[in-house]
Amino acid sequence: MSDSGPSAIPEITLQGQGLTKVYHTGSVDVHALRGVDLELREGELVVLLGPSGSGKSTLLNILGGLDSPSSGEVTFRDMRISADDESTLTRYRRDHVGFVFQFYNLIPSLTARENVSLVTEIANRSMDPAEALALVGLAERLDHFPAQLSGGEQQRVAIARAIAKRPDILLCDEPTGALDSQTGILVLEAIERVNQEMGTTTAVITHNSVIGEMADRVLHFADGHVANYQQNSLRKAAHELSW
Amino acid sequence: MRALNLKLIRNLWKLKGQVLAIAVVIASGVAVLVMSLSSLQALQQTATAYYERQRFADVFATVKRAPRRLVNQISTLPGVRSVEDRIKQMATLSIDGFEEPVIGQLVSIPEQGEPLLNNLVLRSGRLVSLDHPDEVVLNEPFAEAHDLQPGDQLKALMNGHQRSLTVVGIALSPEFIYTMGPGALMPDDKRFGVMWMGREALAAAYDLEGAFNEVSLGLLHDSSPEQIIVKLDRLLETYGSHGAIARKNQISNWFLMNEIEQLKTMSTILPTIFLAVAAFLGNMVMSRLIATDRSEIGLMKAFGYSNWQVAWHYTKMVMAMCGVGIVLGWLLGAWLGRVNTEIYADLFRFPLLIFRPDPGVFAIGAAVSLIAALAGSLGAVRHAATLPPAEAMSPPAPPMYRSSRFYQSRFGLWLDQPTRIILRQIMRSPWRSLLTSIGIALSVSVMVMALQWIDAIEQIIEVQFHQTQRQDMTVGLVESQSDQTLREIRRLPGVLAAEPMRSKSADLKAGHLSHRGGIEGVTDNPQLQRIYDARGEVVSIPPEGLILSTRLAEKLDVQIGDSVWVEVLEGKQPKALIPVVSLFETYMGMPAYMHIHAFNRLMGERASLEAINLLVDKNQLTQLYRSLKSLPKVSAVTLKDAAVEEFNDTMAEMLMVYISFFAAFACALGFGVVYNSTRIALSERGRELATLRVLGFHSGEISYILLGEAALLILVGLPLGCLMGHGLGWLMTNAMNTELFRIPLVIKAATDATAVLVTLGATAFSAAVVRRRLDHLDLIAVLKTRE
Repeated sequence: MSDSGPSAIPEITLQGQGLTKVYHTGSVDVHALRGVDLELREGELVVLLGPSGSGKSTLLNILGGLDSPSSGEVTFRDMRISADDESTLTRYRRDHVGFVFQFYNLIPSLTARENVSLVTEIANRSMDPAEALALVGLAERLDHFPAQLSGGEQQRVAIARAIAKRPDILLCDEPTGALDSQTGILVLEAIERVNQEMGTTTAVITHNSVIGEMADRVLHFADGHVANYQQNSLRKAAHELSW
Repeated sequence: MRALNLKLIRNLWKLKGQVLAIAVVIASGVAVLVMSLSSLQALQQTATAYYERQRFADVFATVKRAPRRLVNQISTLPGVRSVEDRIKQMATLSIDGFEEPVIGQLVSIPEQGEPLLNNLVLRSGRLVSLDHPDEVVLNEPFAEAHDLQPGDQLKALMNGHQRSLTVVGIALSPEFIYTMGPGALMPDDKRFGVMWMGREALAAAYDLEGAFNEVSLGLLHDSSPEQIIVKLDRLLETYGSHGAIARKNQISNWFLMNEIEQLKTMSTILPTIFLAVAAFLGNMVMSRLIATDRSEIGLMKAFGYSNWQVAWHYTKMVMAMCGVGIVLGWLLGAWLGRVNTEIYADLFRFPLLIFRPDPGVFAIGAAVSLIAALAGSLGAVRHAATLPPAEAMSPPAPPMYRSSRFYQSRFGLWLDQPTRIILRQIMRSPWRSLLTSIGIALSVSVMVMALQWIDAIEQIIEVQFHQTQRQDMTVGLVESQSDQTLREIRRLPGVLAAEPMRSKSADLKAGHLSHRGGIEGVTDNPQLQRIYDARGEVVSIPPEGLILSTRLAEKLDVQIGDSVWVEVLEGKQPKALIPVVSLFETYMGMPAYMHIHAFNRLMGERASLEAINLLVDKNQLTQLYRSLKSLPKVSAVTLKDAAVEEFNDTMAEMLMVYISFFAAFACALGFGVVYNSTRIALSERGRELATLRVLGFHSGEISYILLGEAALLILVGLPLGCLMGHGLGWLMTNAMNTELFRIPLVIKAATDATAVLVTLGATAFSAAVVRRRLDHLDLIAVLKTRE
């Protein structure tokens, strides 16, 4: 996106305005988000960077329709999704959002291919599971169960599972958090490839600032709000990163 | 409080749903045990107290007529404490507003003072007085059936004379707890009643002045009734004795003891089932709990807790869960025991009720269930104790699944992923799955076993009343009568057909085995009272030889071709060795039949009869009843419809209570098993299910994965349960096989279906409870943490 020039600003895919989130735990109110505004544009890769407890996961959960903000609203294209309506949220997650988690969250009783099929069976614009797995470099491991795959492989299955339904947005929560750097880079390459080849709008949460170098934009998070923005004029390729 | 104990209490609170589900099952087991044992004890103690207080006799003998001076001689027999000679006669009664003939059993009591034996419990009014020979005291159930009170009148045909009798009192007697009319199978208080009358008045009415026809003996504590009976029989031989019987063979007591015996069977088989299930549930919950608690176990050990302390911690947990169940079971059992005892006491009309459950009963209940629960969780606790701390603290390796060719097959490829998850989950832990199915099956089987009683009773009624007894009524005669009586009866208004029957009490002996009962003589091709085999085939009556019921043949250990030594106890008291020519299976009693001609030859009598079976025109019943009531030779009239109704009523009352108990327990079982297995599956797989929700699955779709697995296991459990229910039914019918009754093993498809539906209802309820939790799954929390 960075090289598409200022003349052609892409459409806004997902927008959050004035988002706050307060958790009431016992007698203490925890302000996880204190008024966050942000927009994700068509096809861009945004990294949300911040220490743990800074509220970035809360933001991702709200953007992904897993949680509702205490105030403010989230708009996906023209649709408001912050409504407290379970079935709208489910619909949104099912049709438009792909999730990748720190601990992969694969279904242990299903093979790689079946884990992907799990999603393609319920989505309406999905690709072939084998194709999705090939995209993340796992064409040879289709019929392996999670217990037979390495951590990096499991995370790539999770990415394949997230992108197989051709989501509009891919949300990744610490996707390399449980992996060594070498494996982590393999996973980031997969994310990068999906973003570039399929044009999927992607948000990656991490506390690893190095990963910010592969983004179009980096949002620095602290104390429940966006402390500053950083527009990368040049995106580094995932394989160029090291930590 | 020590930190570990605090953790224990908090853990239990967190698991309260599951603790309750296990507790309910344990409580059911303890409750059935406490209920059965306490009501068993209460009935035994009450009966004993009742018998002792009213001086219920130990030996009874009937004679035709014996002089009263013989009483002195009898009382000198060694071992005899007291003797009471009485007059017992049958009379036909007429009660205003009740058309059918009623049979009255008249029993003498002294006009002055109390009887030495078989004393009455006066419920209202007074006993008879010396100068009023028409006063009677009625047995309470009979009085209540006809709403008779002191001051009321009734008519009786006594020894050919119509008498008008005045009721002066209502009483109960230990001798007539069960009052059975001649030839009846169940008490029928409307058509048969006991009445006590002054000794002198009764002697005058039946020409028995200075004589008696029945004698009761009270024995010293250490004397054996059998030896005294031998001597007594010898003494009474010449007075037309029918042979003395011990208390254990006295009809009322025999029924009572049979009931108590059945209760005993119930108190062993059923609690065993419940406690076995409780043990299994304990194992299931504990092993999974320990699996989810493994990091805490590692931590405890890392802090320096010993294996023994860890084991003790989890043992306490089992004991606490069990404790809740035991206390619930105690309360429930004591209450049910009381209710059950009251139902029986009411049925038997005990004038007193001793319900003091022995603390031992509660201790047994607690000990048995504690042992079962501890045995069930032994493996899990041991596993917790021996888990190496380092291994315990690291997360468990991802579960291993294996591929199977099945999923590549055409059918396999057709399966969607959620269904694959279900199937793989079941195949990965086949034992756990099987145990869940067995738990469900046990619930179904308990229900089948309870419900099969209804089918069995229907079968008994069908065979005993509809196939065998085609007569409308049976007329019992005073002593043996000649053919002439048969002809007279045939001429009565409304009689369509009449068949003679003979019946005499007799001892049947084979080797050292003997049975005191009777022999019935029937015509060679009876149309009204056929002898049916339990298989539904008519048994033909050969001209010679004995036809024995299989239960009697078993008791005497004889087969077709063997001979039985018969000692008839009435008439000329003939003795003869008679071959067994045929056997047949029957549900009630232990009858023996002979051809009526052979019977007459055995008795050395011309064509005689003691009873007549009648087929009647229902439009002429009023005239027929009137004629029968005026016939002095008639001692009893038994109506088949009334007998069936009475049988049904008595059985229905007992069965409804019994079946409701077990329906409740079966539901508790089904609920406990399904709730525990799905609830644990939910806590183990919450993360997986939350992931699916995040991926866009609706809560209905993830419910399918969790509850679909349960449904599949239930589906396996249901037919298995029917199968086990048939086995259990077989076990129970065998255990309840008494000399009085054989319960046939009949289980209709509808019974299986009802049991299945009840269990489905209970399991659906627990599934609904778990489903509610699925709707409130915390998606964010499960995603963040590593399992």
